[in-house]
Order: sequence, then C-alpha cells, then structure tokens
Amino acid sequence: MSAGQEQRNIRCLVAKVGLDGHDRGAHVIARAFRDAGFEVVYSGLHRAPDEIVQAAVQEDVDVLGISILSGAHNTLVPKIVDGLKEYGAFEDTLILVGGIIPDDDKETLKGMGVAEVFGPGTSMNETIEFVRNNVPER
Amino acid sequence: MSRADTADLVDELLAGEHRALARVITKIENRSPGYRDLVSRLHAHTGGAEVIGVTGSPGAGKSTLVDKLAKTYRDAGLTVGVIAVDPSSPYTGGAVLGDRIRMASNVGDMDVFFRSMSARGQLGGLSTATADAIKALDAFGKDRIIVETVGAGQNEIDVVRTADTVAVLVQPGSGDDVQMLKAGILEIGDVFVVNKADMEGASRTVAELEEMIHLREDGTNVDAGHHGPDVLDDVAPAETRDAGSEEAWTPRVVETVATSGEGVDDLVGAFDDHYDYLESTGALEEKARTRYAEEIRQLLRSDAASLLEEELDRRGGMDELVSSVLDRETDPYTVADDVIRPLADCVRDRRD
Repeated sequence: MSAGQEQRNIRCLVAKVGLDGHDRGAHVIARAFRDAGFEVVYSGLHRAPDEIVQAAVQEDVDVLGISILSGAHNTLVPKIVDGLKEYGAFEDTLILVGGIIPDDDKETLKGMGVAEVFGPGTSMNETIEFVRNNVPER
Repeated sequence: MSRADTADLVDELLAGEHRALARVITKIENRSPGYRDLVSRLHAHTGGAEVIGVTGSPGAGKSTLVDKLAKTYRDAGLTVGVIAVDPSSPYTGGAVLGDRIRMASNVGDMDVFFRSMSARGQLGGLSTATADAIKALDAFGKDRIIVETVGAGQNEIDVVRTADTVAVLVQPGSGDDVQMLKAGILEIGDVFVVNKADMEGASRTVAELEEMIHLREDGTNVDAGHHGPDVLDDVAPAETRDAGSEEAWTPRVVETVATSGEGVDDLVGAFDDHYDYLESTGALEEKARTRYAEEIRQLLRSDAASLLEEELDRRGGMDELVSSVLDRETDPYTVADDVIRPLADCVRDRRD
C-alpha cells in the first residue's frame, strides 16, 4: 500500500450516559457498527456528560451515538451539546440518540442539534444507512 | 487540505487546542492529503516526551495499568498522552475500541489525552500511524506518552521500535519455565510487570522471569552467528542494546495489582531508572538515531514503491506484464530491469 493513499474510516463513539445501566442495546449497536466497517469507541456505563464530551473531542469521532433509556435525555443531551460547542466539536459531529424518547421530546432534541432519534424496533440497517448518508464531510 | 489550513492546524495544536490535536491525529491515521506536510511541520517541536510502551497478552490488565500510570504521572504534575491500539476486523476493517472504558481514574482530566486507534490490519501490535501520532502528542507538549499495544501473542514486537522503555505484562501462571525460553515478546522487555500479583502463582512467575533474565545475562557473549532473514537488525535485545557501554541494563521485574494501584509507584520508579540509564549511557540518542534511520528508509521504500506503481500503470499495468511472463515471452527479472532502468538512469544523470 502506498503512503499517499487515503484510508478514511468512519469513527463512532457509542455512549452510555447517566444512571441507566442497560447496555445490551449499546453493545448490539457497537457490534453492528463494527461489522459495517466502522471504528467504534465504547464509553462504558454510567458516564457523565463531560466525560462523553472529553471522549468525543479526543477521539475525534464522526458520529456520537448516545443511548439513554432512563428518561433523562432532556437534561443530559443539552449538556453534551454545550460541551461539544465549547471545544468546537459540535459542527462536524453527527449526533444520534437511541432509546425510549417521547415524540414531543424528539422534536426538542432535534432542535438542539441531534440529527436523528432512533426508538425501539429500529433496524440496524436503517441506522447504519443513516450514518453512511449523513456522516459529516471534513 | 491547503497549505494554509495545515499551518493553521499546526498553530492551533501548538497553542494547546485539544480539538486540533485530535484532528491532526485523525489526518495522520487516515493518511489524508497533506498529512505528510503536517507531520513535517510538527517534527521541530518534538523530542520532549518520554515514550513508554505497554504490551502483553489480552486480558493481562494493560488498559487498567495504563490508567493507573497516567494517574500517577498526573499526580506528579506531568501531562500525559495515551495511544491505545486495538485490533481491526480482517473481514470488514471495523473495530471496537474498548480500552477507554478502563480510564476511570482520569475522568474529566483533559491533561490526559487518550486516543484509541485501530490497528487497521497491521500485525505487529501497532498501526502504521502510531509513530506519527506520538509525534503529534509530543509536539503538543505531553511529558509522558504511553502506547498500549494490541493484546499481544508471542511475537507482536513493533512497540520496541517506537518506545523508549518497553513494559511487558505477564500474568501469573502464564506458562512454565519453557515458555520463558522462547524467543519473541519476552526478549523486548526493559521492565517486566507481573500484574494481578495478588493471584496465586505470582511469586513463581516472578522467579521464572528473574531466572530468564539471569540466564540471558550469562549468555549474551555467545555470538549468534549470521542472522536469519527477518531479524530485527535495527534493535538489539534489551540487555545488549548498547553492548559498547560499560554497564548494560538488566531488565527489572515489578509486581503490580493494577485494579488497586498497588506497585504502580515502583513501576514508575523502574521506568525512571531505565530512562536515566538511557540518558546517561547515550543509548537514548542511539535509539533515536536508529528510529529516524528506519523511518527515513521506510518512507523511501514506500515512496519508491508508489513511483514504481505509477510506472507499472503507465506500461499497461501488472496484468499485462504477468501475461507475457506466463507465456514465456519474458521473465520476472527482465521485467523488473526494464521497469527500473529508466528511473535508475534518470537518478544517475542527475548526480553531480
């Protein structure tokens, strides 16, 4: 392989934030992203918003997937968005939220800059396609 | 990426912006257009960091130990960069990079810059971009840079080319004394870490490692004779790396329990001793010289290879040449001579 050849890979952070301890979904997503050829950083459980920001900035991910099943999305997501803005990382990071989000809140989250909200029953392919089609140009 | 963008990015990195450092590493990793210019500009600002490599089998506790090491350095007022490499899938190229999960002691501390990297198909325990990513962290001003390899088997030894000090983690009860006779990873340790030292069999593993080290010390005068094809000519084994100097480094064995942090201070002490040794004997400069020589050679090889690929394409591609070889119209040596001759002539003409 020549040194001049570009080899871009889509990098994702799969993040579990707040107090909810259910990470089966996050594991399944991480695995599906891996099998789609993405590089996936998994945060581990019970992360605070600023830890997620730190990880997203340092890892320079294209995609930040936040899994929240606790219902605290309206508190946690804005903190993450603000943190990303502080480091100049908001503009070119695709933010996704997965979990149980009421319809009204979906719009609020999208208004903050979340690109899409994926609820229960979303197929893996749908999520992967969405990432492929919307990953920010850099 | 334009030259102006490159200059801006480098300025931002040197000014201490985390986002710029992260972006530079991404560009290095992706071999993005302009990354070479980027790394060239960083070079003048490097040379200030001590680079520590941590390797060992999967599950030996590398990530947990790296977390505690970073914490210990931070407590001593030093800034830390970590590069943790995990394997990539041979089928899809994808990867799950899980080392970050263990970084519990440095949460919210931006002066620990932790970056996960996929090996992207490389088999030596690091990725092609790791060495350049270390330069980015070095230029950023990190005092200590810890490189954690892919969970290693017996022969993933690229880290020895990259780090000043190599720590090899060994689990208690990971084999009998014959394992200790084997070549490969056990030859590259400057410090051996028996992690999970609270487990049964730890003291025996320590004893076996010490025996191995002493056997080696006695045996270093034996001339190995001519080398096989793939030996590391550029890097000698830990204890003979500077046979010219009056004192050689005797690898140390340190016991740790990474989960509780026990023994980590001793380990940092052993790293410091090794670094002092490298500095005082001139081995540090010697290592840097070999590393740059190897880097230049590698760049030349790959640039020359791309130039030759271009030339092959111009001649109608490899397939056509292979067909004429298959049909016995020509042979591989003649083809190689034909392709390289104009290049060689051109180079010789330009000499003066």
